[in-house]
Amino acid sequence: MDVMPKWADVVLVPLFSLVLAAFLSALLILAIGESPGEALKLMVEGTLLRSAGWGYMLYYTTNFIFTGLAVSIAFHASLFNIGGEGQAMMGGLGVSLVCLFIPWPHWSLAIVGASVGAAVFGMIWAGLPAYLQAKRGSHIVITTIMFNFIAAGILNFFLVGALKPKGSMDPATANFPASTHLPTFEDMAQLLGFEKMFRSAPANVSFFIALLACVVVWYLIWRSPLGYEIRALGKSGPAARYAGVGSVKIIMITMMISGALCGLMAVNTTQGESERLILNFTEGAGFIGIAVALMGRSHPVGVFLAALLFGFLYQGGAELALWTKIPREMIIVIQALVILFTGALTLMVRAPLEQLFFAIRRG
Amino acid sequence: MSFMKSILGGAAALALGAGAALADPAIIFDLGGKFDKSFNEAAFTGAQRWADETGGSFREIELQNEAQREQALRRFAEAGSNPIVMAGFAFADALGKVAPDYPDTKFAVIDVNWLSMPNVRGIGFNEHEGSYLVGMMAAQASESGVVGFVGGMDIPLIRRFGCGYAQGVKAVNPNATVIANMTGTTPAAWNDPVKGSELTKAQISQGADVVFAAAGGTGVGVLQTAADEGILSIGVDSNQNYLHSGKVLTSMLKRVDIAVYEAFTAGNNLETGNFMGAVGFAMDEHNASLVTADMQAKVEAAEAAIAGGSLSVHNYTDDETCPAVSF
Repeated sequence: MDVMPKWADVVLVPLFSLVLAAFLSALLILAIGESPGEALKLMVEGTLLRSAGWGYMLYYTTNFIFTGLAVSIAFHASLFNIGGEGQAMMGGLGVSLVCLFIPWPHWSLAIVGASVGAAVFGMIWAGLPAYLQAKRGSHIVITTIMFNFIAAGILNFFLVGALKPKGSMDPATANFPASTHLPTFEDMAQLLGFEKMFRSAPANVSFFIALLACVVVWYLIWRSPLGYEIRALGKSGPAARYAGVGSVKIIMITMMISGALCGLMAVNTTQGESERLILNFTEGAGFIGIAVALMGRSHPVGVFLAALLFGFLYQGGAELALWTKIPREMIIVIQALVILFTGALTLMVRAPLEQLFFAIRRG
Repeated sequence: MSFMKSILGGAAALALGAGAALADPAIIFDLGGKFDKSFNEAAFTGAQRWADETGGSFREIELQNEAQREQALRRFAEAGSNPIVMAGFAFADALGKVAPDYPDTKFAVIDVNWLSMPNVRGIGFNEHEGSYLVGMMAAQASESGVVGFVGGMDIPLIRRFGCGYAQGVKAVNPNATVIANMTGTTPAAWNDPVKGSELTKAQISQGADVVFAAAGGTGVGVLQTAADEGILSIGVDSNQNYLHSGKVLTSMLKRVDIAVYEAFTAGNNLETGNFMGAVGFAMDEHNASLVTADMQAKVEAAEAAIAGGSLSVHNYTDDETCPAVSF
């Protein structure tokens, strides 16, 4: 069978999936007696027409870029990393140890230290399942998801024990010292003379690290020998081995890069937003990363766009919760529909689109 | 162009709408969700009572993630909601940052009584005293001399419940055994009725015949299992006696509903500072057959003694130790 031109595959399929998801969501909102038009208006106004809305959207987007890139780089080696949650949790632990116990003179140094801490912790946490996969054949899907629970346990152990200030109710560390606080978009706008932009929104400089990560991952996958080996192993293990690619080495390296990217997410949430380590700071971003990678076709540009979309959905969801009576469970259902259509059901959308495409071309 | 116009028009309409809603109060529920049959629901009950009595309306949100705490506070404050009530100690940090930015808005926060800001009303509760009272009730109703305690998330606040309860039990029967279990160490422990049920079964197998659940939504499972297995249970926060009529001995009341109701009623005249809310135990037609006049008189005497200052109950969070039970 013929294939669609690439632009149609990349643009039309996700767009069509989105329209379908939006249509179903609209029906659901109608069914509980609210107006879908009003809901969409609220989401757009609260997210895209306010600078603080952008600030929240880009904050969520930063998380999703990191986890989306992490999942997609593993996809290229045919590895399914669903341990993003756990790797990000360990990353958070790395960030907080670095921020709490090293006296940083300035945030610009602290962010480097915290990024290294986050990446190393995430790397170790992804490296263990990778070793089990590469050497012992334990399936990476099983081990990474199990490691999520272990990570949650370890994080918990530290937050209710050693790292919690005495007498505090919250399972959280003490606040990080002020010299490690990252400049937010609000601070940056003030530097440029815009007083009231991004008021108290959590988006911060780690957004630019996320953008940088997109470029680095693109270079790594499509322009470097290592990326070639990763892709070769992903397309065909036996062929890659025959060509001299060491599969143990590549599996280990790929997963460790993936884990490091997940860990970096914690710089945004922990150092950038809460400025202390809290228990459920990952907010499900490790799992959203899978949807982001699927929708973005494992390409950094696609991941970026998909992360923006999910950032919009998260912030839009908050607006719905604030101003309507739509229950939060329904908002999760709407977000899940988008994931279902863009991630899992692409094939269902692609086949009819393809037929339509060729019918038009022939006719 | 017309697209731009409609967007701007929409924004203007929203801004006007926000202005019209001036001075409506707002309430923010914690991650546990507003229908937890316990803490958050008590807050909701208070808000709803205000709405029913005054015909007013209020804004509300159930949070979905941590980053929304500050966001919800700011958006409600900017939209003119006043006062803004928060249910839960986890808001302390966010409120500390937000409150100074909105000096004309009044905030009330439940379970936090250590902030001192000119526009914040903190409402704490002496949970150890209310728990002491239901502990006395439990020891009097128990035939085996073994009673249970199921806590939610293992935090000092819940240990304060457990410690007060154990002291009440020991005050009636010094030889009684108190089995204390916590559901978990994460916020998920507030909403895990299945685990609550398992813990209750484990305590029953160790001989417990009265179980006190201080565990938010998890308590629903504790009360259910206790009713199924034919032992008595004690509810928490809201009056939960009705959940299993004739099988719930009493409920330790933490009058979050009154605190919210009073905050909403006071409106912009809300008195700020730190206050203590009311605690107590619940008596109604659902547990009348379980509590004898003698039992009730004893507990009421203790209640009066606590109020009068002649009886003091050790507060776990004062020194993080408990003389009556180990966790």
